[in-house]
Amino acid sequence: MLSKLNIKQAKEGLRKKEFSSVELTRACLDRIKQTDEKLNVFVTLTEKEAIEQAKKADSDLALQGETLEAKLLLGIPIAIKDNFSTLGIRTTASAKVLDDYIPPFDSTVVKKLKEAGAVILGKTNMDAWAHGSSTEASDYGSTRNPWNIKHLPGGSSGGSAASIAANQCIGAIGSETAGSIRQPASWCGVVGLKPTYGRVSRFGVVAMGSSFDSPGSITKTVYDSALILEVLAGNDEMDATTTPKVVPSYTQALTYKKSDFIIGVSDEYFIDGIDPEVEEKVKEAIVKLEKMGAKLKKIKLFDPKYAIDVYTIIQRSEVSSNLARYDGIRYGNDRSFFADEAKRRIMFGTHALSSGYYDQYYNKASKVRSVIIEDFKKAFEKVDVIIAPTSPSLALPVGATKDQAMFGELSDVLVEPSSIAGLSGINLPVGLSDSSLPIGMQIIGPQFAEEKVLQIAYLYEQGTQTEEWRKREPEL
Amino acid sequence: MNNYTPVIGLEVHVELKTKSKMFCSCSSDYFGKKPNTHTCPVCLGLPGALPVPNKKAIQWCIMIGLSLNCNIPLLSKFDRKNYFYPDLPKGYQISQYDMPFCINGKIELSNGKKIGIRRVHMEEDTGKLIHETIEGEKVSLIDFNRSGVPLVEIVTEPDFESTEDVKEYLQKLQQIVRYLKVSDANMEKGDMRLEPNISLRSNNTNTTNTNNKPISNKELPKYKVEVKNINSFKFVEKAINFEIERQSEILKNGQTPKQETRGFVEKSGSTVSQRSKEEASDYRYFPEPDIPPLRWTKNYIEGLKLEMPELPDKKLKRFKSEYGLSEYDSIILSREKNLAEYFESAVNDGKNQGVSPKQIANHIINKKTDIDSYLPSELVRSIIKSSKKVDVDEKKLDEIINKVLSENKKAVLDYKKGKKTAIMYLLGQVMREFSEKIDAQKVKILITNKVNSYEQN
Repeated sequence: MLSKLNIKQAKEGLRKKEFSSVELTRACLDRIKQTDEKLNVFVTLTEKEAIEQAKKADSDLALQGETLEAKLLLGIPIAIKDNFSTLGIRTTASAKVLDDYIPPFDSTVVKKLKEAGAVILGKTNMDAWAHGSSTEASDYGSTRNPWNIKHLPGGSSGGSAASIAANQCIGAIGSETAGSIRQPASWCGVVGLKPTYGRVSRFGVVAMGSSFDSPGSITKTVYDSALILEVLAGNDEMDATTTPKVVPSYTQALTYKKSDFIIGVSDEYFIDGIDPEVEEKVKEAIVKLEKMGAKLKKIKLFDPKYAIDVYTIIQRSEVSSNLARYDGIRYGNDRSFFADEAKRRIMFGTHALSSGYYDQYYNKASKVRSVIIEDFKKAFEKVDVIIAPTSPSLALPVGATKDQAMFGELSDVLVEPSSIAGLSGINLPVGLSDSSLPIGMQIIGPQFAEEKVLQIAYLYEQGTQTEEWRKREPEL
Repeated sequence: MNNYTPVIGLEVHVELKTKSKMFCSCSSDYFGKKPNTHTCPVCLGLPGALPVPNKKAIQWCIMIGLSLNCNIPLLSKFDRKNYFYPDLPKGYQISQYDMPFCINGKIELSNGKKIGIRRVHMEEDTGKLIHETIEGEKVSLIDFNRSGVPLVEIVTEPDFESTEDVKEYLQKLQQIVRYLKVSDANMEKGDMRLEPNISLRSNNTNTTNTNNKPISNKELPKYKVEVKNINSFKFVEKAINFEIERQSEILKNGQTPKQETRGFVEKSGSTVSQRSKEEASDYRYFPEPDIPPLRWTKNYIEGLKLEMPELPDKKLKRFKSEYGLSEYDSIILSREKNLAEYFESAVNDGKNQGVSPKQIANHIINKKTDIDSYLPSELVRSIIKSSKKVDVDEKKLDEIINKVLSENKKAVLDYKKGKKTAIMYLLGQVMREFSEKIDAQKVKILITNKVNSYEQN
């Protein structure tokens, strides 16, 4: 099954002409057709466009040489979260308000993917407006976890994570405001990289929490994440919050055989109520890294529970403003099309910004945000990265979010502090539970420390390559 | 009416004439253009579009602030002003709330009164709503060409007490932005929009408030009426006068005017209530997360000062001191930057040709020189030509003077009786005898001497 390949393998196969991009793309489309009735990953499938792009890639591939070198993703089928604007292709952010909205422009991420020669398979499901951590808040029905379709894939980038886990695509794009890449990657047992805020352009990404939103990748391997980041990272004149910092070769960084890292471990991240299997597997993984040469250091971090309040207030304030443009005058569908979660967030945020409450909520939250940023800064003076569980639980069963307005915030408690601080982070699968559900570990690095985070992730991935659980895959 | 002193403050919006809009690269030259042709995802507020601030517009905003003697804080930021209106595509306007680019300025009026400038900040314009009837159906159309055009808002302290001062301030402000070449400040095109706020303070110091403490003269009234939709200096005057009248009537009856926003109605020259304090919007300002805070260095601000032209007030003073011009001439010549530059160019040209600044000023003002048709050097040449004196034969001149005096005995007699102007008549008669231009001053002296010598005889 060609669609099982990771990006590195697929590139190799394309280069050696073992198969064409059209064949690879067809294999993905077939797999999607075979599995998507169960999984509900794609909100919009762009079969025709994908085949056209694959044909174009094949003719480029025939040229070999420089073109191939420059186009890092030439002929590689990619699935894109539906909050990335795609020129001429419906972009809904899984919200009915945007049911028939077709953007007249590409988001910078999509533009860069196209320039790198990627083939776009379609748009993946998510919690509507990225409000959630389950995809149950999607206006197009929830996506299911490929490891067990009675369970959720996590979210909000649940569609992209499930698509990778189910081998429907070779690579996928997600976005994270707080946990929306790492948490679904954890629940689906795949690699999810959340770059530093400002490392990848937000231009064209339907805005959720503007001061947090970080586009990133969901992939089968660490190498693939490094490769996609190499394509996406960089200053964008269309996004004033991107950084002019030089983009290093992240794939090159993986080849440095470095293992003498100092890893920080904080007890605060093994919270009360954490799933014992999650705790056990992550602690085992940390020990494995120590055996590979890393030094461990106990550190004390701010209790992540404070991050929930800060994040909730600031994010919902931004949401209330970001969703104001869907006022019923444009985009076809009026405000009655907003689902409950969006309405709750609009009301919450509007209240938090109201005169008389601003100081009490938004202002105070901003101050605590600065404290959390400082807390991490101090920690990173002593350690290279921090390792913790990504999610305190395994993938929860379908329906778990019902009547749980704060579900996402509680499920994302371990990823919210680093999102508030705009740090870099990655989820790595470290094993399966007895119930055959994936367990993920996150590596958190300082801002713009993606090289280091990827190196440690790669070290771990390569060092555990032969583990028995890696041979298993979802049965669909 | 005399029992109250008006307390007036002004908010003025000036649209900048940058090439591109405030947060995108669309052309900001929207006036008279086909609707919705100067738009892009950013100024249409499409999902995911992000604002990137226009550096030039910010520089110009700071220059306006510097011209008004403002402080320029080295840290500033943009904020979102959230409100709903169909012409506002994002559901919020990007503006500045608590950290504007320029603060605490002042400007001096000709009577010496100083008007405080509270703040000068940067924001974006909205789209334009057009209400029309198309095929019998009433429709509202939106043109987003103006959406995102850079606007600078200049807010004064409530330091005005008369419409004359308001008018002078507005003229000065218009003159400054034109000097800086940052806006055409054309009222008809809406480049400059005016919002006065007016209240009345009692002059009777014995008046007591509810706490029975005397109200200090400096204390601001407890209410404020803002008037919107004014697009000419004349209408500002009308609106303010109308409000002074209206509010003093209310106060005379022992009541306090409502704190509210009123709209100006051109036809009647009156104002009508739009919304009261209770209905005032809560804009839910918060820092614009899409634009990082902006930091300047002192050097950067000093550099901007160097780029700025000499401003009207300074130029006026210099014209008086450097060229010895009258107040009147200096005001006229410094009113517009082009004219001032023309004048100084001519002065420079005339310097080595014996043409004085005063002569040039007189020529420009009195002869209403069309500065677009004549080069400054051409002006100087024509001044020289018209004032060229011809040396006349002294003997011939003496003969002619004698002839004129003998033919005009009555005038000579009048002069002797004390009618000094008779000399001018005689001078005119003498001059008529010459076809070329001769030195009238010299002739006048000769005639006077001769007439006086008759007396001695």
